[in-house]
Amino acid sequence: MRWLLYLLPIYIFIVQNFVPSVYSEDTSSTGYHNTQPVTTVKGTKETREISMSKGEFTQIMDQLQGMKSLIETMKQDYDIRLNEMQEKIVSLEKEKELLAVKVHQQTSALQEEKTPKAVSIEKETLDEVTKQFAELEDQVKDIETNYGSQLEEMQVKIASTQSTASLTKDTRSPTAPLTLWSSGKNYMNISFDGLFSVGASTDDDVDSLFGGGHDPNQRGFTLQQLETTFEGSVDPYFQGQANILFQIDNEGESFLEVEEAFLTTMSLPLNLQVKAGTFFTEFGRLNETHPHTWDFVDMPLVNNRFLGTDGLRNPGARLSWLAPTENYTELFIAIQDSQGETAHSFRSEEDMFGREAVETDVHNVRDMLYTPRIKTAFELTDEQTLLLGSSASFGPNSTGSDNDTIVYGTDIFWKWKPVNAEAGFPFITWQTEVMGRRFEAGEDEESGLSRDVFHNWGAYSQVNWGFKKRWVAGLRADYVDGLEEVFVEEHEEEHEEEEEEGHHHGGEGSGFERLRLSPNITFYPTEFSKIRLQYNYDNILGDDRTEHSVFVQFEFLLGSHGAHKF
Amino acid sequence: MYKPKPQQLPEHLKEGASIMKIIRLLLIGFFLCIICMTSVSYAKKITIVTSTADLAALAEEIGKDKVKVMSIAKPTEDPHFVDAKPSFMVKLNRADLFIESGLELEIGWLPTLVIGARNNKILPGKPGYLLASSGIRAIEVPAPEMSDRLMGDIHPLGNPHYMLDPLNGKIVAGRICDRLCQIDPENCDCYKSNLYEFTQKLNRKLSEWQSMLSPFLDTKIITYHKTWGYFAERFQLNIIGELEPKPGIPPSPSHLKNLIWRMNNEEVKLIIISSFREQRSPEFVAAKTGAKVLALPIMPGGQKETMDYIDMFDHIVNQIVSALKTKTT
Repeated sequence: MRWLLYLLPIYIFIVQNFVPSVYSEDTSSTGYHNTQPVTTVKGTKETREISMSKGEFTQIMDQLQGMKSLIETMKQDYDIRLNEMQEKIVSLEKEKELLAVKVHQQTSALQEEKTPKAVSIEKETLDEVTKQFAELEDQVKDIETNYGSQLEEMQVKIASTQSTASLTKDTRSPTAPLTLWSSGKNYMNISFDGLFSVGASTDDDVDSLFGGGHDPNQRGFTLQQLETTFEGSVDPYFQGQANILFQIDNEGESFLEVEEAFLTTMSLPLNLQVKAGTFFTEFGRLNETHPHTWDFVDMPLVNNRFLGTDGLRNPGARLSWLAPTENYTELFIAIQDSQGETAHSFRSEEDMFGREAVETDVHNVRDMLYTPRIKTAFELTDEQTLLLGSSASFGPNSTGSDNDTIVYGTDIFWKWKPVNAEAGFPFITWQTEVMGRRFEAGEDEESGLSRDVFHNWGAYSQVNWGFKKRWVAGLRADYVDGLEEVFVEEHEEEHEEEEEEGHHHGGEGSGFERLRLSPNITFYPTEFSKIRLQYNYDNILGDDRTEHSVFVQFEFLLGSHGAHKF
Repeated sequence: MYKPKPQQLPEHLKEGASIMKIIRLLLIGFFLCIICMTSVSYAKKITIVTSTADLAALAEEIGKDKVKVMSIAKPTEDPHFVDAKPSFMVKLNRADLFIESGLELEIGWLPTLVIGARNNKILPGKPGYLLASSGIRAIEVPAPEMSDRLMGDIHPLGNPHYMLDPLNGKIVAGRICDRLCQIDPENCDCYKSNLYEFTQKLNRKLSEWQSMLSPFLDTKIITYHKTWGYFAERFQLNIIGELEPKPGIPPSPSHLKNLIWRMNNEEVKLIIISSFREQRSPEFVAAKTGAKVLALPIMPGGQKETMDYIDMFDHIVNQIVSALKTKTT
């Protein structure tokens, strides 16, 4: 444990440099108008401590809050009045000018006409005009003085409230654990997203052809997901989000799924951020996103086969660090539970490579699921951005007590959008993910299989072109290699058995080598809805057959629109 | 010469030692990194990040050489739809002051950036966060019964394009000055004099613009999107309709047909659109009504004639005046 010693100076450094600064930031930045509080207190500087009950204290705090908002509204009010006043002055000035021009014209006309003709304009009118002019001038002056005095009044008021506010504030003991703005934004954004599809396929077993948990699962209509999202600030330190999903499987059975529920820290020092709860693992680009944000109706084959039908997600915690470099670079490390059907290549209950899943327990920290990721972005030009990422997931699998799986991948995303794009169109994006899996399969005495290591890989690559406002055309190519031939058949059999039993099967059915091409076109009436037509040319190389599928997908979104990620 | 024997250590210990070495190196690197970061963070300009380019232009006016300003949305870009590029997270991460336009203009792209930026200084409630729209009298706030997406992509808090009224620009400039004074009290006098200079110039210019536009009082115009409300209110132009049937919904043939009829009836001779808009439907309408299409910038920067806030209005007013002149004579 000598290496712990090396942590010590860093720890001390952190404590000395950052912890106090975090605290002081909290106390110093509480009010908006605290530019001159120090001078007001200096005269009566006393070192005695003021003890008071918590009730009293909160009361004072509340008063302070009230005062703060009062000042804010007063300021707004004053701004508006100032605005109006200005308007008046400007319009009056304009009138004045106009009048002056008129008078000038009249008088000049008068002078001109003096010699050849008699005065055509009566002197009375001129007098009247000049009188009006003088009146107007008076009015302007009036308004100016009025406005000046009001302004002064307002300033005095603000200043007095400010000083009282700062006085009250400074009686607060710096060690008090209460934060001043606990009554910050306390709202929650709720949104509801419905995603449906309808279509047909040459394969009658649509559910296994499309392995994804939210993919179309039968000929005809499929309710892909009904997602309710809650999000908002928990308090000044945390941001919270939960995604609860309703779904109907092809047996007509409804079920509920907690897809994500996590909090994110907002104020850790050193550019660190922690996400904790249950969440999609940040592996590659697609895994951490929700089905309704996908550019295609279905999940890529490789995500499905290596990361599972519902994507890789589990309860856990993730630490990320934004590197202090000029371009964006972020490092992630997630630690999550390694079991369950949402950890497909790891300790799931499914049989893998002919080995029956055995009960495994977590004995030490090595039995957790670890996912490091690095992501970096380059601004190639004003119009082009390139994002690169690499991820790997390490964890034990369920073919024995000491067998590990590694799923690793790299992803690339490129986007072009002109500087004068309207409503985000036109654009072109290109996204590719390549993944590999190293699977240590344990010994299974029953089936007579010995310990072995299997390597598999797959990839998808997709291009999306927003060729016209609201219209996007896409093309995706998908490839996965086949599992070892002997296990493919077993895989199939298991699958059929499960079908008979009426289970919702997890995983893209057969372990065949597959190549798939999916062109599609999407129309977005607004950013809250979409209609998509997609065709899949599915060449199941391992089984020597080709399947064709056509789907129409539609989506609607109620409530607040969550901000887009890049 | 002494050569270390490879068999000196047992296998597992040797492995441990090399790991130790790596860890040691990593820790030292990390430590150095932190020291660099903290030492650099002193003695530098105030970094201001704004969501839109108009706010950046104002911050530039107030801060001048004391600040470094960067806008997330490009001046030529539709401010409703901006890509939340990760590089903006880095910019926000290092900001001392972050100015947001507000009124839900940036709702579709800003939140993820602010969360990702992990910068304590620019969170709401801190001096480093300025919501520019507070202190502005928002117009076109929909009545509660009209706050429905049936009405298109409405802004429930009011029209967010308030910076197209120069007086609102003045208010925002004042607030930026206040904040800069709070964050950087040493240079407060400097900011204040910059503000004074700016408002003086703006006041002068404002009456100039108003007198330029005064012959065209109440002139009826058409716009593309509800972008020009504040501008029209200030300079007393009369917007009688938009090319968009509803906010965010592209022009439809039936709506355009109606609009053309109305324009011919009411003799509307000017269509104002933001420069990033498509020009096909405005040109179509113009051809049918004899009106002129003016594509105008709504953000300073991007064009040579409109590098700062005041220049932008100069450009806009000049363009409108010359367009209206040719049409009325």
